[in-house]
Amino acid sequence: MASKKFELKPGMATREAFGRALVELGRENRDIVALDADLSKSTFTHLFGAEFPDRFFSCGIAEANMVGIAAGLASSGKIPFAASFSCFLLNKSFEQLRVAVAYPRANVKVVGTHSGISIGEDGPSQMSVEEVSLACSLAGFVVLAPADEVSTRALVRAAAAHKGPVFIRTGRPKVPVVYAADQEFEIGKAVEVILGSDLTFVANGLLVAEAIRAQEALAAEGISAGVLDVHTVKPLDREAIGRAAAQTGALVVAEEHLVDGGLGVRVAQAVAELHPCPMEFIGLRDTYAESGTTEGLLDKYGLVARDLIAAARKVLARKRA
Amino acid sequence: MTHHRTLEELQAIAKRVRREIVQMIGAAKSGHPGGSLSAVEILVTLFFGGVLRHDPAHPAWPDRDRFILSKGHGCPALYAVLAEAGYTPLDQLNTLRKLGSIYQGHPDKRFIPALEASTGSLGQGLSIGMGMALAGRLDARPTRVYVLLGDGEIQEGQIWEAAMFGAYHKVDNLVAIVDYNRMQLDGFIKDIMEVEPLVPKWQSFGWHVIELDGHDIQALQAAFAEATGVKEKPTVIVAHTVKGKGVSFMENNPKFHGVAPTKEEVQKALEELQ
Repeated sequence: MASKKFELKPGMATREAFGRALVELGRENRDIVALDADLSKSTFTHLFGAEFPDRFFSCGIAEANMVGIAAGLASSGKIPFAASFSCFLLNKSFEQLRVAVAYPRANVKVVGTHSGISIGEDGPSQMSVEEVSLACSLAGFVVLAPADEVSTRALVRAAAAHKGPVFIRTGRPKVPVVYAADQEFEIGKAVEVILGSDLTFVANGLLVAEAIRAQEALAAEGISAGVLDVHTVKPLDREAIGRAAAQTGALVVAEEHLVDGGLGVRVAQAVAELHPCPMEFIGLRDTYAESGTTEGLLDKYGLVARDLIAAARKVLARKRA
Repeated sequence: MTHHRTLEELQAIAKRVRREIVQMIGAAKSGHPGGSLSAVEILVTLFFGGVLRHDPAHPAWPDRDRFILSKGHGCPALYAVLAEAGYTPLDQLNTLRKLGSIYQGHPDKRFIPALEASTGSLGQGLSIGMGMALAGRLDARPTRVYVLLGDGEIQEGQIWEAAMFGAYHKVDNLVAIVDYNRMQLDGFIKDIMEVEPLVPKWQSFGWHVIELDGHDIQALQAAFAEATGVKEKPTVIVAHTVKGKGVSFMENNPKFHGVAPTKEEVQKALEELQ
């Protein structure tokens, strides 16, 4: 796909893509069940609940209990999807995710919606900027952060087919469609969206679209940037990351998350082990954001193409130094 | 499936289980004797008294009943019972807490597949049990779920989240048992965080409540039978027990919540448990 021109078309929110994929799965497999903690209209599990009321469990505002119930359902052969806002699910139920899910490797799928700061007006108490780090620290967990509706649908299906605990990070705002409908996704296999020769943007979630925009702007100046979508943060596709480091010698990692403990540090660890090269990191730096529009927040907190371009220039300067 | 055992037979098993608890914790030099000894009759009644539908030859039998030791620190009692039932080797009980042992410090499914849940972090077992009960209901299985809670454990908020859930979702194939020995690690419950009034508390959460002497095997058998007939709501058995039951110097002695008996104390306890 090296020189493919990307056209970013408007798409649905990844949370909605999750909710729709869950209904599809529910039609195909009666062992799929869903749980929600009074946010089903926001997480889109209400679609599943409307079609399969017997397999949908309303838990009330009690996330810890919800995760425990999911573990019990899984141990009896069900494939439970437990959904809530990422911040509540990972923070309030972290201990349950550790002891009831990760430790016995329960086949539970945990879906966080409203991840990152792009939720907008509700502000930091509802924003999740640390859950990738938390989820990655749970032994045996697969951690997914899809970029668009196509990858979300595919990865929700992959999560259902995977035996073991999975966390899926989805977002509130509508996001551009990055992929063709027939694009294939595999857990643990990053997608080389665009191949470059000067540097590579390593991104996931809504930063993939920003990376594509940044790549286009740089291409106009004769700089060849690649875009690697690391939709699976864990297990990390070390091969693809090592290849990008070796072939382009400069990486910019971009995520809608605290730079401490998210995708960036995991990629940096792999690069340090495989092929050390200059790296720059886009993300939140030791702060909580604030209320605002999605666009306004992403702009203010440095998560747009402009910021990726600036980081690219910096990493290229270091590479040449 | 278990064959019918007389009260005398069940009491004899309970005595053996008590001896095994004292010996294994003594050998391990750490563990929780008090809350293991208080739960012996509850466990013996469940596993040997015709309550749990289970089959040690087929531990993964999908229609089996489930037992969860939510108060995971009481696992020496469960290990002794599982070994007595034939799930695990009796002759390895004294490897408790040692490197490589299947008898881990707290129940760990990775080492003993017959354990229904890995526990040890208090407050979680009732939620897990709810999930198992829901799965049984969805699949129209006869499965019933039994969850043993500590009395100190119910200070955890998650217990009451699960209690609310069980009543609202009419989970009538689940029975919780509170091992009400009135002590927790730091001392008497009343001095740490009172849980009374316990019976009205569970009633107000919409549960069917049975109160009994948790060392009375026949009362326990009758209560489990009563619970099976309760429809549209879960049942909780508030079982009044004695911490350290059966060993005079451990009874009602907060010291033995989480301290192992010395060699001499083990000998003394075993003499009492002849």
